[in-house]
Amino acid sequence: MANVALRHISKSFGQTHAVRDLSLVINDGEFVVLLGPSGAGKTTTLRLITGLEHPDQGSITINGRDVTRDAPGTRDIAFVFQQYSLYPHLTVYDNLAFPLRSPAHRIPEPAIRKRVERTAELLHISGKLGNRATRLSGGEMQRVAIGRALVRDPAIYLMDEPLSSLDAKLRAELRLELKRIQVELGSTILYVTHDQVEAMTMASRIGVIKDGELLQLGTPREIYENPGDRYVASRLGTPQINFLPAKFIPEAAMPSGTDTIGIRTEHLQIAKANGRGIVGRVHRVEHLGDQNHVHIEYRGQMLVTLADPHQPLQAGQDVELRLLHPLYFDAVGRRIPATVH
Amino acid sequence: MAQIRVENLRKSFDQFTAVQDSNFTVENGSFFALLGPSGCGKTTTLRMIAGLELPTDGRILLDGEDVTFRRAAARDIAFVFQLFALYPHMNVAQNIGFPLKCQGMPRDEIRDRITETARLLRIEHLLSSATSKLSGGDRQRVALGRAMVRRPKAFLMDEPLGALDAEFRQLMCGELRELHDRISATTVYVTHDQHEAMSMADRIAVMNAGRVEQIGTPQEVYDRPASMFVADFIGSPPMNFLQFESGLRSGDQAVKFRDVSIVVPEIREERAVGPLVLGVRPEHIRFSDAAPVRGRVFGAEYLGTTQIVTVETEQGRVKARLPSSVPVQVGEIVGLSFRSDRLALFDAESGSAIRTASHGGAGHG
Repeated sequence: MANVALRHISKSFGQTHAVRDLSLVINDGEFVVLLGPSGAGKTTTLRLITGLEHPDQGSITINGRDVTRDAPGTRDIAFVFQQYSLYPHLTVYDNLAFPLRSPAHRIPEPAIRKRVERTAELLHISGKLGNRATRLSGGEMQRVAIGRALVRDPAIYLMDEPLSSLDAKLRAELRLELKRIQVELGSTILYVTHDQVEAMTMASRIGVIKDGELLQLGTPREIYENPGDRYVASRLGTPQINFLPAKFIPEAAMPSGTDTIGIRTEHLQIAKANGRGIVGRVHRVEHLGDQNHVHIEYRGQMLVTLADPHQPLQAGQDVELRLLHPLYFDAVGRRIPATVH
Repeated sequence: MAQIRVENLRKSFDQFTAVQDSNFTVENGSFFALLGPSGCGKTTTLRMIAGLELPTDGRILLDGEDVTFRRAAARDIAFVFQLFALYPHMNVAQNIGFPLKCQGMPRDEIRDRITETARLLRIEHLLSSATSKLSGGDRQRVALGRAMVRRPKAFLMDEPLGALDAEFRQLMCGELRELHDRISATTVYVTHDQHEAMSMADRIAVMNAGRVEQIGTPQEVYDRPASMFVADFIGSPPMNFLQFESGLRSGDQAVKFRDVSIVVPEIREERAVGPLVLGVRPEHIRFSDAAPVRGRVFGAEYLGTTQIVTVETEQGRVKARLPSSVPVQVGEIVGLSFRSDRLALFDAESGSAIRTASHGGAGHG
């Protein structure tokens, strides 16, 4: 394992700037997730690290060695794709052993067996080693695909939305497994996804990426609690953070230059309206079982807050709104630190 | 608009029974969801209501009138498939007006209806646009408009949001429900997505293997699942199931769970000793050093407001939803305490819920 550093990487395809001046250090044993919508430059970044693309500017080092111009095969990287492409005519065992049997490695067969068996155990597929790859469930196939990367023990694993083709239950299960395996092996992983839950639940650090730019890098908690701008604030959290124009809020202690206020759903509290304060009207109550999402209209803006499912609330009812821990943003969306009281 | 009643509906394909003895009523103006995994019979049920399939047995009544064997076209029902099918060579107004044109309605009237429909869907500004220029959401609104413009007695929708990504689907759910509130059209909505059903429906019928397992409001189905199937299907993460063996006496306020006593809602039935299951929703679990049910933390998943903590216990993995302010270390031993008034009990063999003070037994109705 190793650390991987990208320094001021840029890459354009014609007029499109896929990656702009991106710098990122992935430390040994870290699970870094790049989170962004499609077209944000996530996959291009992975392809630059593998050597499938060459950057227009900047450098890439693995363990201090500059690999920017090295061929993909010499970089000591394992890649897991979104679509598990297994060899259908091979058994699970042979699929897992395949990368080790490459003539470039010359690993003796007993050593291969040991590695394959250890990997299968880690992925809980030991019982399936003799099966044809096509006789597996979707979740098992994706485990094998991940396993084929794991047997190699490379400097870094690059994963491109490996769980996105699975159903919700299986995805939740594999999220937990992948994190466990990463911790157990101390692997270094760079993982890209558009799914905020994957990012929040697995990452040591999240990099929020948009239009080829890395907007913020930090632990899930830092990104969630302390977003640097409006976009990052809106990227994490379901339901999404509420935004209100500052002029609608009669709050004295707002830092100067505040244009918009962001309030996470759990920080928007509602109370019985008594004619004072900020009063909104319940527009719709959405039942989700463990909690309700209450949609509230306030001066033409739609806000969402969470409520206990057994709290009696009805559409049309007036409620007083209390804003806890507001985040302040300026006119271009940059975060303004709250003044210390 | 209309009430839809389904009585003893059954459908067999050769040896296979797709739907068995379904009974439910969709009240006039309500939003009714048929929820279940693929192959549970929900789409077959919907197709029988539409008239696209004929039942093997049973009746379908539309506003009290038996339409079981009436042709689909004569039922005055609009069926909305995947919402994306639009005529590419027609603009938005033409797409919406097409069903009326087919009926031979006078032009002026068609124009008025298109305007009215567009206003309800808030797409007036798009009427002369080509459909190829529309965003995904607008395409869906147009497809919906084409179904609405006939002013049918009811809408039947078969996974209309299935093809969308999660965030957009959430947005469309809100929009569909708001539209429903504006036009109050009787709607039967088929989905395998619990979130869609919970967030939109007035009532949900949960289906499994051709049978309706439970009918109720979203909150009823969540709070008082009639079976382990329902408890597992609804909720994310689903309800935890802890196996144990015991007998039950009516009036008991606690169950003997392995070696410890766990307070539960008052038992309302008698049972000989047998395998039982204690059902606990993740949000009703707290860490407590004194709690007798113990386990080792396997992993914690941070979700912002809350975290999902997976704990390995003797009864298997248990997932707890805790505030993210609770510090959790992987590997540490924790005690799990349960919120007594929200616990459920099931018969481990049949999977059906055991009657307690908070669990009124069968959820059909």
